[in-house]
Amino acid sequence: MQASIQLKRDPSVQYLLRIGDTALILAQRLGEWCGHAPVLEEDIALTNVALDLVGQSRALLTHAGTLEGAGHDEDQLAFLRDERDYFNATIAELPRGDFAFTILRNLIVATWAQLLWERLQASSDAEVSAIAGKAVKEARYHQQHAADWVVRLADGTDESRRRIDAALAELWRFTAELFESDAVDGAAHAAGLGPRFADLRDPWLAEMAAVFDEAGLAIPAESGFRSTGTRGVHSEHMGFILAEMQHLQRSFPGGVW
Amino acid sequence: MIAEVASSSRVDAAWRVLATVLDPEVPAVSVCDLGIVREVIDHDDGLEIVLTPTYSGCPATEVIEHDILQAIDAAGLGPARATLRRAPAWTTDWISAEGKRKLLAYGIVPPGPATSAEVPIRFFPRAAKAAALPCPRCGSHHTERLAAFGSTACKATWRCLDCKEPFEHFKPI
Repeated sequence: MQASIQLKRDPSVQYLLRIGDTALILAQRLGEWCGHAPVLEEDIALTNVALDLVGQSRALLTHAGTLEGAGHDEDQLAFLRDERDYFNATIAELPRGDFAFTILRNLIVATWAQLLWERLQASSDAEVSAIAGKAVKEARYHQQHAADWVVRLADGTDESRRRIDAALAELWRFTAELFESDAVDGAAHAAGLGPRFADLRDPWLAEMAAVFDEAGLAIPAESGFRSTGTRGVHSEHMGFILAEMQHLQRSFPGGVW
Repeated sequence: MIAEVASSSRVDAAWRVLATVLDPEVPAVSVCDLGIVREVIDHDDGLEIVLTPTYSGCPATEVIEHDILQAIDAAGLGPARATLRRAPAWTTDWISAEGKRKLLAYGIVPPGPATSAEVPIRFFPRAAKAAALPCPRCGSHHTERLAAFGSTACKATWRCLDCKEPFEHFKPI
């Protein structure tokens, strides 16, 4: 059994991991659709989105490891961190649910990511800016794909409408966490590394409202609930997804292709 | 002076070799046609081939790196190493005219110009007549998009409503 690595507490590292871990954990969830999506085309679409997210997280984890300066590479960061050292937003780790749940979550996260990557292109960190230049195009495409489906499900059949309504009722309270600001993104903002998450909220709401208008959905009222994955305190689902994702490296330390 | 000539001919020879290295996922076009090879630099300790990834998660990137180094080595131009350059980000606008012609002949509709500016979310009408692509087999514009994604990250899936054949579109990014 491979022991866990300890992460040095550094705001820049944690800032990049909030983004990289959200991409990685969502990719793992989307990968679960392989062979299970309602139609072949969407099976391929969801796994293609997952592949882009894995690529983005590889680049960010690698760079976070460099900034941390403790010699941790992308694989060690992905496979040897414990739950408390993972900083993804909780919304990414929720079980995949049905197709409507997955698609609505993709819209929520891709819209957030697209706005974030747009701003990260101006990062004072050249590597982050370069990663963002590529990722922003991918996020836009993911957002478009999910938006098309949200509209189609909302104005489709009674059954598809029932499912998208249920997904919205379940997911919305997890969106607030994406726009919480604290010392971590405050430091990133001060250093020019990237934006404060709170500053993404208004443009995100505007884009969500545009899609919801087209779909005939209403933006739900804000709830008092706050998830806390970006601070390392996760839902009960996180341990299970890490167990599955990390099993091989934990059982066969250093195993490679 | 002699060294300079030798150096530039080595770089030229490397470019000629690279023009024969095919993309593993779309073996109709070379890595040069796709604009993946950005630069070839002759260093004292060997050639440096500068590559740019197409998509962040494209699994072909590592295979391409391997294929390129093998081809350079087989041509006796080694030692060589490949380095990754992320910025500026790869765009389908870097696919050469020759590359686009080869894609079409292979049955993949090449990408139109990429829009660099921010694009607002657009909704595809169910039957996207206005944006219909010409079928690479029969030329008909009576086509429709089946899915936003395809067999690789860089393509979308379409079908022709006249000759009934499915085809792929290399997405402009």
